[in-house]
Amino acid sequence: MTKPVVSLDQVTIRFAGDSGDGMQLTGDRFTMDTASLGNDLSTLPNYPAEIRAPQGTIPGISSFQLHFADHHVQTPGDEPDVLVAMNPAALKANIKEIRRGATIIVDKDEFTTRNLTKVGYETNPLEDGSLDSYKVHAVGLTSLTVAALSELSLTRKEAERSKNMFALGLLTWMYHRPTESTENFLKAKFGKKPEILAANLLAYKTGWNYGETTEDFAVSYEIAKAHMPAGKYRNISGNTAMAYGLIAASQRSGLKLFLGSYPITPASDILHELSKHKKFGVITFQAEDEIAAIGSALGASYGGALGITTTSGPGVALKSEMIGLGVMLELPLIIIDVQRGGPSTGLPTKTEQSDLLQAMYGRNGESPVAVIAPSHASDCFAIALEAARIATTYRVPVFILSDGYIANGSEPWMIPSVDSLPDLHVEFAQTQEDFMPYLRDPKTLARPWAIPGTKGIEHRIGGLEKADKTGAISYEPANHDLMVRARAAKVAGIEVPDLLVDDPDGDATVLILGWGSTYGPIASAIESLRANGEKVAQAHLRYINPFPKNLGAVLEKYSKVLVPEMNLGQLAMLLRSQFLKDVIPCNQVRGLPFTTQELVDSTMAVIHA
Amino acid sequence: MPDLALTKKDFTSDQEVKWCPGCGDYSILSTMQSFLPELGVPRENIVFISGIGCSSRFPYYLETFGMHSIHGRAPTIATGLAISRPDLSVFVITGDGDSLSIGGNHLIHSLRRNIELKILLFNNRIYGLTKGQYSPTSETGKVTKSSPLGSLDTPFNPISLAIGAEATFVARTVDSDRKHFTEVLRAATAHKGSALIEIFQNCPIFNDGAFEIVKDGDTKGAALLQMVHGQAIKSETHGLIHDGASLKVVELGSVDESDLVIHDAHNADPSYAFALSRLSSSELSHVPVGIFRDVERPGYGSMVNNQVSDIIKAQGAGDLNTLLTSGDTWDVE
Repeated sequence: MTKPVVSLDQVTIRFAGDSGDGMQLTGDRFTMDTASLGNDLSTLPNYPAEIRAPQGTIPGISSFQLHFADHHVQTPGDEPDVLVAMNPAALKANIKEIRRGATIIVDKDEFTTRNLTKVGYETNPLEDGSLDSYKVHAVGLTSLTVAALSELSLTRKEAERSKNMFALGLLTWMYHRPTESTENFLKAKFGKKPEILAANLLAYKTGWNYGETTEDFAVSYEIAKAHMPAGKYRNISGNTAMAYGLIAASQRSGLKLFLGSYPITPASDILHELSKHKKFGVITFQAEDEIAAIGSALGASYGGALGITTTSGPGVALKSEMIGLGVMLELPLIIIDVQRGGPSTGLPTKTEQSDLLQAMYGRNGESPVAVIAPSHASDCFAIALEAARIATTYRVPVFILSDGYIANGSEPWMIPSVDSLPDLHVEFAQTQEDFMPYLRDPKTLARPWAIPGTKGIEHRIGGLEKADKTGAISYEPANHDLMVRARAAKVAGIEVPDLLVDDPDGDATVLILGWGSTYGPIASAIESLRANGEKVAQAHLRYINPFPKNLGAVLEKYSKVLVPEMNLGQLAMLLRSQFLKDVIPCNQVRGLPFTTQELVDSTMAVIHA
Repeated sequence: MPDLALTKKDFTSDQEVKWCPGCGDYSILSTMQSFLPELGVPRENIVFISGIGCSSRFPYYLETFGMHSIHGRAPTIATGLAISRPDLSVFVITGDGDSLSIGGNHLIHSLRRNIELKILLFNNRIYGLTKGQYSPTSETGKVTKSSPLGSLDTPFNPISLAIGAEATFVARTVDSDRKHFTEVLRAATAHKGSALIEIFQNCPIFNDGAFEIVKDGDTKGAALLQMVHGQAIKSETHGLIHDGASLKVVELGSVDESDLVIHDAHNADPSYAFALSRLSSSELSHVPVGIFRDVERPGYGSMVNNQVSDIIKAQGAGDLNTLLTSGDTWDVE
């Protein structure tokens, strides 16, 4: 008998289990299979800072949320429609965020008295009626997997490890995902370990068959392709897009890419990715500390390379003095800060936008740098190219403020043609008489990029204040005043595109103005508000220093400007101080992106205040 | 060496030298300016990178490329430059505070990686630019502005530290001995990887006479144990013999000349060079000078660049379009 198939327009699924249960891999595979089917999607990996917290405890729970649809998707979804919980801890840690009526699939084998007690369940939630308002499927994920693999010569423990593939197979059946891509992935990953490969493939297939044959799962679901502009697509995370963007910037500028980096969550994946691409002439240097990482990048820049350093908030704190030297030397330098919860070590694996003021002002002296921020995962590609344009044109350190959410989250990306990418060609200073290392270009106010190896322009630079034009050491009061203002004017004069405002009828009075990774949640809230007949405008800042030239006029136009940020009001502070506009901050620092609903609620409160 | 017909004058910048009168740095600068023509490297391919401190003003006075960076971090900047620009000759100028205190981490990591840097450590055993606090090489008990009752710190022995950090070239010289310093420079610049040269440097203002015993004509002959590869290590009055696993200073004449240690700078075992480094105490009664260790190990920059060129040779240069369209892709019509 064929089971009925129900059509849905969107679904949000959350996979949750122990850190060692392979939930990130499971989520990644489901994402890739969903992307290749043509749904639009957005993901939210969420994992603890500990590599393996004690098994079966709430602190050890790792989850992966995926929102996919037949239409444009802006966020990983507020409340999952489906929770896959590999143990009682995963259920307990996530149940509060699951909507009533949602489907919950649990591994019933894990719901032992011992495991239940460990997380404080006095009675078994699978039996005590507390889950009556959900559709619960209690499946023996562990026992079914072990039974399916009994023919293989694996220990029970080894066999149990494939239970995530059983779960993936089951979900793959439920949502009609193709299986070839995951099968190929497993073959590539475990090709050298035939037993493990066989176990994973068999568990995957068994999970799929379980859905197909058992009565427990009566229906399956289809989600039609989303309408997306024609082109070639791939799914991409923010960190991978950033790495690709940097390689593209190197190729388009003809500059050697030099990355100096020290491992730090959640930025390390950029280092990992770039270190794979040495055939592009990429040099990756894993330094002894954050200072050496940026020092080496600045040294490479001085030599004419595209010098880059990647880090997160605590690393930026250590790099501050070297960024100041970059400001003083007026050399190109790209600093990528994948922000995480702070202060101090804070929440290493959770997202936040609280390094904005650190990027702007976290140095001694008047030390202006450019600050830009990607709006969503695939935007990291374009923002990397922009950082290279600004850094090399204006010879200035450029901050890219990414964050944990878009760094690890992924989405479909229409792959651009290489010819459509900007030309980033740069000119170095040439051999000349009476070379002046601090003679500024009248248009950009940039000084020459004068690299060693160029005959006749040997000169000395350093962190001491320079005389205008000659660059010689100068303690002259008027000269210092001139140079401080010149460095400020140079950054203020960086050309950036005007801020675009989405205000379809042009008569909204409320503007939601965000920056960085809040783009998706804000766009989703705007859609929801407009669907309810509210007039709301949206604008999103990719350029924070300098701001777009029309920003003042935009702020002027709206009587109420709501500024959502995952901090306690840092952009709001900048806007108020620069434009004397009393913007309305909207803040949360829970380590997770805004939900659509909380932004809808905050906006409604402003509209009807 | 190509004859570039350069002279000392060609390496002298137009900047007025602003060290205190009598500073040992003058002599170091002059020796360097005299030596550079012999290096046979065009001026534009030479870069001096310094940190912060009196010695770190050095690059301003040389007509080459130069950068006066920030405190302790010169090796990091020099590392990025040397790796990405293997065509350049990169020198690091640093002091005992700059390289052994605030920048200690970078010094040891540069040495262990064997980055192609020639590091000149001006050791005057004092903080000069900040006007006279004890440094990480000051002797224990030293009375300074910040240690009125005597410093409690045990000093670093920079040579021991460098050897412990897997340095492939380690030498010591004295600021005023131009001939010896030039010989050491010659060997250091011929060495493929990192080279650390400790230079005993007098600070006439805050630590005058710290090295008098190895500079004064009456005492230096006895104090300086000359290390010349292939020759017996000895001063005018003393020699060196093996003493179990260690080395021992003995009066010449008290042992047979043939029992003296014959210097082997290329000895692969670092414990030999380490034992030599331990002969110098704070009192400087017996101070080995010359090259402690000069062994071959591939330079880091050349290995980094070989990884890049090897993969390009094997797989061809990367193609951006191929990269962007790699992995799972799909077409939307």
